[in-house]
Amino acid sequence: MARTVTTRRKTLNTAFAWAVGLLIFFPILWTILTSFKTEAQAIASPPIFLNFDWTLENYAIVQERSDYMRFLWNSVIIAGGSTILGVIVAVPAAWAMAFVPSKRTKDILLWMLSTKMLPAVGVLYPIYLLFIQLGLLDSRGGLVVVLMLINLPIIVWMLYTYFREIPGEILEAARMDGATLKEEILYVLTPMAIPGIASTVLLNFILAWNEAFWTLNLTAVDAAPLTAFIASYSSPEGLFFAKLSAASTMAIAPILILGWFSQKQLVRGLTFGAVK
Amino acid sequence: MATQHSRSVARFMMAPAVILLLGWMLVPLTMTLYFSFKKYLPLRGGDLGWVGFDNYVRFVSSSTFWPAVQATLVIVGGVLAITVVLGILLAMLLDQPMWGQGVVRILVIAPFFVMPTVSALVWKNMFMDPVNGLLAHLWRFFGAEPISWLSEASMTSIVMIVSWQWLPFATLILLTAIQSLDSEQLEAAEMDGAPPLKRFYHIILPHLGRAITIVILIQTIFLLSIFAEIFVTTGGAFGTRTLTYLIFQRVLESQNVGLGSAGGVYAIILANIVAIFLMRIVGKNLDA
Repeated sequence: MARTVTTRRKTLNTAFAWAVGLLIFFPILWTILTSFKTEAQAIASPPIFLNFDWTLENYAIVQERSDYMRFLWNSVIIAGGSTILGVIVAVPAAWAMAFVPSKRTKDILLWMLSTKMLPAVGVLYPIYLLFIQLGLLDSRGGLVVVLMLINLPIIVWMLYTYFREIPGEILEAARMDGATLKEEILYVLTPMAIPGIASTVLLNFILAWNEAFWTLNLTAVDAAPLTAFIASYSSPEGLFFAKLSAASTMAIAPILILGWFSQKQLVRGLTFGAVK
Repeated sequence: MATQHSRSVARFMMAPAVILLLGWMLVPLTMTLYFSFKKYLPLRGGDLGWVGFDNYVRFVSSSTFWPAVQATLVIVGGVLAITVVLGILLAMLLDQPMWGQGVVRILVIAPFFVMPTVSALVWKNMFMDPVNGLLAHLWRFFGAEPISWLSEASMTSIVMIVSWQWLPFATLILLTAIQSLDSEQLEAAEMDGAPPLKRFYHIILPHLGRAITIVILIQTIFLLSIFAEIFVTTGGAFGTRTLTYLIFQRVLESQNVGLGSAGGVYAIILANIVAIFLMRIVGKNLDA
């Protein structure tokens, strides 16, 4: 951007953009602030913004009453497990499509994408039934598999777009030097592919963490992750604003932090490489 | 450059992903199709035999069907209109030179990372509650009567909540597209004295065409199946029962699997119509 602008113009831009940014961010900020208030201060009229007695008691109560750590652990296992499993399955596939493309590669990629378009509710009962019959209902293992399958197309696509950017000449040079396929993969390709794989893992972890259709419908108590933990606050505990805020803050904090690192990959991953 | 050997290795490497996705697609889809032609009530007699297209006819002719279609269209259309228009404006704003651009970007993107159940509950209670919600305080401050958002203006409320979640996505993609715009072209137009509105219509908007299409298609696919936002706010009451929610209620709440499955098939067809357009664009991009 080589345009030269006056300081006045830049100041105006800055003020306006910050105002809009803060407005959009406000619900999150307000939730975080409210989580440190007492229940009485949380519903005080007029609302109190900063000059309240900061307290951590809501966090203690939420943890004590609903065992936050168990839900957190379930979320970590389900999101982490499905992502790792997905990457293990997707890396070889994306690799093959990027480096040994055939006439059908494009068709396979598009077909994979089409499975992502399948509306979950259309297959809700079959999955529900299979889960009951296989004894997977309310189990973390079952959810790991389902979330892996729904995110697999995105994982394959993201990896494919990253792998395709690795120049093929390097592979040929390695082959000329007598590298075997195994050496080629281990010493030449892997180091170049690590950043792409890392971004893929990050984005898919976030998507799996926030997934709220299957996690709500296929869990009850044992395997329930944070999405279900929060849904249990819908009534009547939801009226306790400070506790609701503390629970919400705990559910979103890990992912907000991870999310900030992944904003660049977000575009590539969610548009299947169509916008870079 | 690919030899016969490397081809078979490649096929072997692709096999697990292809087989898994094939199973994930075919098994439940076949079951849904199968159930959709049956009268199947797991809690009231189980499998009561084949009924042909009865479920398909009944799903469409039930009094809940058209309101559900309408609710779906209002939510999808409303959210798309809001996120695309505001997204373009925001993207153009964020593209301007300013101080702290990175931080503003982070603030704008943040809602996308909030899990749907959290954003729905936070909005429902802390903002839209008719007594203690922040919006009620704001209304009272200006001397107006607070609105009980989720019952009196239920659709507006859901559209607001979902738009807040999806605005970051639209903004981020449109911003990425704007940043790839050749700034010399804009400068040239500016020098020639083209007013800002003309520059927007003739240079910026055409350049964003493809990105806008992609935003619309991808969001449509996700918006057609929003669930948690309705589940924790209205539970489908006050006219917010979308097609997805209606099918969910048929299948899991009233356990009428045959009827729900027929609805599921409709949902699949609907999503596929949108998907075909998206795939065309993505496919074209692969050739480039």
